[in-house]
Amino acid sequence: MSPSVIDVLVVGGGPTGLSAATELRRRGAGPVVVLEREGEAGGIARHCAHSPFGMREFGRVLSGARYAARLAERASEAGVEIRLRHSVTALNGTSAEVATPVGPLVLTARRILFATGIREASRAGRLISGQRPLGILTTGALQDYVHLRHMAPFRRPVIVGSELVTMSAILTCRSGGISPQAIVEDERGPRVGYPTAMFPPMLGIPTHYNTSIDDILGTTRVEAVRLRHANGTFKVIECDGVLFTGRFTPESSLARLSGLAIDMATGGPSVDGTGRTSLSGTYAAGNVLRAVRTAGQCWSEGRAAAHAIIRSLEAA
Amino acid sequence: MADNDIYDVAIIGAGVVGCATARRFALAGLKVLLIEKGADILSGASKANSAILHTGFDAPAGSLELECMQAGYDEYLAIREARNLPLLETGSLVVAWTEADEARLELLEAQAHANGVADAHRIGRPDLRALEPNLADAAQAALRVPREHIIDPWSPFLSYVIEAQSLGARIERSTEVSGGEFDGQFWRIETGRGQFLARWVVNAAGLFGDTIEKAFLGDASFTIKPRKGQFVVFDKAAAQFLNSIILPVPSERTKGLVLTRTIFGNLLVGPTAEEQQDRTRAAVSTPELEMLIAKAVEILPALDGMPVTATYAGLRPATEEKHYRIRYDPDRHWLTAGGIRSTGMTSALGLAQHLLRLYGGEVTTQPAAPTMPNLAEHAPRDWQKAGYGEIVCHCEMVTRREIDAALDGPFPPRDFGGLKRRTRCGMGRCQGFYCMGHLAELTQGRLDEPLAVS
Repeated sequence: MSPSVIDVLVVGGGPTGLSAATELRRRGAGPVVVLEREGEAGGIARHCAHSPFGMREFGRVLSGARYAARLAERASEAGVEIRLRHSVTALNGTSAEVATPVGPLVLTARRILFATGIREASRAGRLISGQRPLGILTTGALQDYVHLRHMAPFRRPVIVGSELVTMSAILTCRSGGISPQAIVEDERGPRVGYPTAMFPPMLGIPTHYNTSIDDILGTTRVEAVRLRHANGTFKVIECDGVLFTGRFTPESSLARLSGLAIDMATGGPSVDGTGRTSLSGTYAAGNVLRAVRTAGQCWSEGRAAAHAIIRSLEAA
Repeated sequence: MADNDIYDVAIIGAGVVGCATARRFALAGLKVLLIEKGADILSGASKANSAILHTGFDAPAGSLELECMQAGYDEYLAIREARNLPLLETGSLVVAWTEADEARLELLEAQAHANGVADAHRIGRPDLRALEPNLADAAQAALRVPREHIIDPWSPFLSYVIEAQSLGARIERSTEVSGGEFDGQFWRIETGRGQFLARWVVNAAGLFGDTIEKAFLGDASFTIKPRKGQFVVFDKAAAQFLNSIILPVPSERTKGLVLTRTIFGNLLVGPTAEEQQDRTRAAVSTPELEMLIAKAVEILPALDGMPVTATYAGLRPATEEKHYRIRYDPDRHWLTAGGIRSTGMTSALGLAQHLLRLYGGEVTTQPAAPTMPNLAEHAPRDWQKAGYGEIVCHCEMVTRREIDAALDGPFPPRDFGGLKRRTRCGMGRCQGFYCMGHLAELTQGRLDEPLAVS
């Protein structure tokens, strides 16, 4: 049964959207509907087989996949309607055009919350030089291959980046029988804290700082990369893939297409202190606002957005 | 793979010209063999273009290029609806950014009229602003060419191949031609997958047109000088800022940088024009991509900060001369269509007619044609019809039903590039972040180069 009047339509069923929806219901909101385009709720956390997730939310350590499932369960228990395989294709005010496997529909709500999250910048988005063979991926895709499908896109990749997600990618490689050949970072040092940054050297993966990808070689599949060090020297490393990690970018195209003002600094929607966007009745929260927060931080932000929306509904 | 059949004509190269020619010759009742080195059609020069259906307004007067472009344009418009092939009617604007540019518009207008493009006309700043309010202030005036449009650069050619196949043509992919011997009646064609016999050969080998001539005839009538073109595709959010195809006042060497919407709802800038020796390596390079973005922002300031969806590069089969290089050698049953550069996508159907006439065949109207799945953003897409299963590629809204239809279709892709061109999967802003794993699973056992390794 679909509710006739939706109080809040949440676009995106990741940690932010699920926690906001749950909190909205707990604080007395009427019908709350989460639209999730994938076949399961939970967002990117679903792809992470490793811990730690859930300390703040559940007081215990969970894997990403388990954590995602718990968030969805809790939302359902609170009376949130989670609609899977529902893709929002356009927003007109607080009406959403939605594609579903049983045909398109339009849903109207009193408030809309954008919680569309982030993705990693692709090779194209980073304007990286070279050919375009098979084997060039981001961590999100790698984790989908390895954890959800038990497949591997490559065996000997070069990894670009040194963020927290890079360490997550290395763990995924290890569990999927993939041997990183090198880590490349254009900064002078790692982008994560010292203990975590010791992780690649401990595993014997050569790490090249002050270094960028100068060329990707290979016609059908990646065969090698050429690295350029800041001092002008080059090095060719044979590999069968290039994994781009991190450099998260807000998933903000729907916001842009819906006419929301965009914050040039973050690439996400502009919001005020309570998460209100430039479009009346429309809010945004979580990683779509800025890259990148952990799932736990998103969960907290979702709750905060819920409180702001509750206040605005009560004031109406 | 070789057989004992004798073909009336063997076409070397399944790019835009080869695909259109295979259809045209098959329609004439001829027994056609189409041989392609790549794992899929359109895998060489043809895979990277700006997808503009040109009127030929600025083509050399009286040239074969102009004749073929206009014949190709007319035929495309005549056949597209029955095939469900899209057309985004935008018109183009040759924009004058300087006084020197503006002075040249008059000549361009006269050339357009001489070329039969009678509706091309100059417009001043107010009209230009009304048509394109987001264009940078420096835009002074323009030549408007209303009938220049945008098409899907791949589906038409796939439809030609499917049609040729249904008329009995044989299409061999992943088959590299090494040479051939003519005995006065038949060509014995050597390939990496055996020998084929054909009465005639059409050389549509694109970037290898000259090497094929050398291998078959002993000499080449031209030399390929590969010219690389890089492109940047902006997010779909960018398309709202532009209506027309924005062209620069052309130079002698190239048509210059184009800023245009794509039929898939994006905005595209390119191509660069970079001479190189290598005929296969089409690499993008950071400085040129940055230059393209800067140029695009210069033309359309609203693009500042716009996310980039994709980057790509292609090689155009330029030669030492600008015009199309046709070699017709009836004694040796030989036809070459060489040096077909930027305008090839528009002219392919016209060239196919021209080649058939040279061969001595009759250009006929075609019977029922295959209906293609629509990939254009402005026309109904598969996701708008119930029962699609699931969305596999969210950025481009590609459904499971579309993926299955492509993989099980009459001419299935053999590589990922082919699947992308048939469905748009993986072509969007995330470049596979969300869908690559799923696609790897769905394409298991279906592609020559699988998306997952063992």
